[in-house]
Amino acid sequence: MGHIENLSRRAFVFGSAAIAGGIAFGAFGNADAATTASDNPLAAGLGPNSVTFNPWVEISPDKITLIAQHADIGQGVGSIQPIMIAEEMDLDPGQFEVRFAGPSPAYFNTGFADELAPFVAADQSPAAEEARAKSLEWLRQAGLQMTGGSSTLPDTYEKLRVAGAVARETLKAAAAKRSGIAVADLRTQSGHVILPNGTKIAYVDLSVDAAKIPPVLDAKPRDPSKWRMLGKPMTRLDIRDKVMGELKFGIDMKMDGMLYAAVKLNPGKGQPLKSYDASKARGMPGVKTILELKTGVAVIATNSWYAMKAVDAVICEWAPSAYPAEQADHWKVLESSFKPEFLGKEWRKTGDIDAALKTGKLVEAEYRAPYVGHQPLEPLNGIGLVTDKGMEIWVGHQSPRFVQYVAATAIGLKPEQITFHNQWTGGSFGHRLEYENVRVLAEIANQMKGTPIKLVFSREEDFLQDIPRQIAIARHRGSVDKGKIVAADLQVASTAPFKGLLERSGTPSKDPDGQLAAGLWNVYYDIPNFRGTSYEAQGLSPCTTWRSVGASTSGFFTESFIDELIHAAGLDPMKARIAMCNVPHYRKVLETVAEMSDWKGPLGNGRGRGVAFVESFGTPAAEVVEVSMTDSGIRIDKVWVAVDVGKVVDPVNFENQVQGGVIWGLGHAINCELTYAKGAVQQTNYNHHEAMRIYQCPVIEVRGLENDPKVRGVGEPPVPPAAPALANAIFAATGKRIREMPFNKFIDFV
Amino acid sequence: MIELTVNGTKRRVDVVPEMPLLWVLRDELGITSPKYGCGVAQCGTCTVHIDGMAVRSCQAHIGEVAGKSVVTLEGLDNKDQNPVIQAWLEHQVPQCGYCQTGQIMQAISLLDLISNPTDDEINQVMSGNLCRCGTYPRIRAAIHAAAAKKMAEK
Repeated sequence: MGHIENLSRRAFVFGSAAIAGGIAFGAFGNADAATTASDNPLAAGLGPNSVTFNPWVEISPDKITLIAQHADIGQGVGSIQPIMIAEEMDLDPGQFEVRFAGPSPAYFNTGFADELAPFVAADQSPAAEEARAKSLEWLRQAGLQMTGGSSTLPDTYEKLRVAGAVARETLKAAAAKRSGIAVADLRTQSGHVILPNGTKIAYVDLSVDAAKIPPVLDAKPRDPSKWRMLGKPMTRLDIRDKVMGELKFGIDMKMDGMLYAAVKLNPGKGQPLKSYDASKARGMPGVKTILELKTGVAVIATNSWYAMKAVDAVICEWAPSAYPAEQADHWKVLESSFKPEFLGKEWRKTGDIDAALKTGKLVEAEYRAPYVGHQPLEPLNGIGLVTDKGMEIWVGHQSPRFVQYVAATAIGLKPEQITFHNQWTGGSFGHRLEYENVRVLAEIANQMKGTPIKLVFSREEDFLQDIPRQIAIARHRGSVDKGKIVAADLQVASTAPFKGLLERSGTPSKDPDGQLAAGLWNVYYDIPNFRGTSYEAQGLSPCTTWRSVGASTSGFFTESFIDELIHAAGLDPMKARIAMCNVPHYRKVLETVAEMSDWKGPLGNGRGRGVAFVESFGTPAAEVVEVSMTDSGIRIDKVWVAVDVGKVVDPVNFENQVQGGVIWGLGHAINCELTYAKGAVQQTNYNHHEAMRIYQCPVIEVRGLENDPKVRGVGEPPVPPAAPALANAIFAATGKRIREMPFNKFIDFV
Repeated sequence: MIELTVNGTKRRVDVVPEMPLLWVLRDELGITSPKYGCGVAQCGTCTVHIDGMAVRSCQAHIGEVAGKSVVTLEGLDNKDQNPVIQAWLEHQVPQCGYCQTGQIMQAISLLDLISNPTDDEINQVMSGNLCRCGTYPRIRAAIHAAAAKKMAEK
């Protein structure tokens, strides 16, 4: 790795930000001094004659329960996380139940450590690893429990296999004590400890014995060569229930005596209600009552549809939004944000950029990316019940402890008075990191004390309240000389998605938003003079994390602009990228996609191919998109994807996630934007914001590589290269360079 | 009181006739495989069969469904043996799974109409069913596999 060490010393200049994180966080709103990451939250709820060895395994005389630490947002957490434990415990599918983790600092996400340290992912120098270790320690102390950042595997690959190994070895030790046979002579299989004479002792029959001995904490997970399930095609545990229509999502839950709520909230996101007239709604069928909320109104009825119809009939007067009412003014704010007073950070500076820009041929281009919605198919919802003791809440959410904080703050309770039950979710893409449903559900349930309330957002309300993906403009300059790229000066002005989320989570940060560096500074090409700078626009719409976050916009800007420079230098887009790539195993990703697509240069005849390479969340992904011009517009024919995740732990789901990421990236790049008029988003259903439907979906060929020294995530990294690879393909086919999303404003698609 | 047959059982509901079938199924009868996604026939996740045809249940007023026979995924005959269900399991189509009940009901209807659909025909019939996770390549493969299985059984 000597090469990478050199790269980091030579290429990256870091600001003075504390090494313990590119982002320094404030105190946690829900910090609870009584519990720490080393406490096992399962211990308190343990039934009689039961045992727990760690926060992920619980055994009672009648069942084994494994904890899925993260939220399942379609990425397969509810399957792969328990299977990693079961692999080590020698449990088979069907021999255990799965439960989602409750709020606890024990479930802090170790997978964020790399993203928070101010080093690019490919830099594995001792200094970078030391910074990551410090972020990890901070995460532990803060107890940051959050699903996101493609961390399902990076966070849990080690710790869940260790948790399973500890359980296995402790059960063996208990069996050894009971039988008088040495541990070395025992083995485990299919939920049983097996004695040398073939006698089987079920794990559930060992719960009492195991509780009496200390857990075998030094147990080691097995070598991957011994795996029964992991690394091989396996059936996701949730597939059958989902196909049979039997899986209950949050929106499907029901409680005795439950009533249904629908809301109409200020479309000027977060601003108050001024006045309302509910006279028409009051007598409508099924309506029980109408409630005033801080930011709107709620109708309580006997059926969700009655509630939605009635809340539609309420006339509201709203306080104006805190951001510009009209979209054109949002763009104006961004245009004027490339100024020192809005500087986020100069993330990286190499060489003498100003002098180099005067050398050779100058290339300048402005790129744009609009606000985009998340809009998972299951709308925001939740069930809430407030009693004198506190609140119980059933909602699918990615940040359990922040749910406690937000709900408690909304109704004047303490976070520990909020009992949170995570639910299966119908997608998220970043939506279920936000809190609008949580906050208003708490307000509603608090006014309806003693009655369980199920809140379902109408699709229109969900669109109106959806805190969008960041809006951004890039002003990139570069120069080429003698067939080489000599300079790239990348500047982005954007809203700050992660900072916004943290602030709404009760942990405001004053540091620059590290997500605005994603796709901007982690550029692994030998360009001798390089600068990457972010500016943070102020006073615009609140924004939040959207599948692949910062890299979803900057990946498009950077990889399109690099393509422009490559063309200006008269080079082949694939060969030039391979030649410039300065991380050997990242180069292999590009070489793999070149081989898969049989890249041989221009296709001609109205066809074109584009390539793009982006590392996000530590995962390098390269994509080739092939398009053809038809009488009715551009058709996307095929996509080839190569991704290096260190280890493909769940091959079937891996392919599904990668294909989904490509479709997400392409669909939104082609035809999605959210625009404001009179302070409200104008797109309020899927016909205005539909992304990709099956008729536009290309064939997508996927290959996973295992050269990275760490296990990496794959939920988000296939997204960022999709848009630039498509734009680059359209340029190759038509000569037209599209520099703004959505592309369908500039060219027709079949 | 409005009477209809759901999954072979006669049910009576006391709601206004304008209420969409979707909300009768979900909130009145507790049948949750038809999902709410858009309410305006843009996503297809609420798809059920009415008298054998795939219908968006968010658009069918209960008053018009009176006396008809509604089948949701829960009530498919011989569900385990259904070639579409089997293909969906074999191909592990779902990610979040929220749209899949509607996709499956639409795909069953597609294969009733066209026994061996081309990709173009799949595109035409399935484009009303939105999947935000991006399972389309698997949906396509599963429909082809189900068609082959169905024809082999004949």
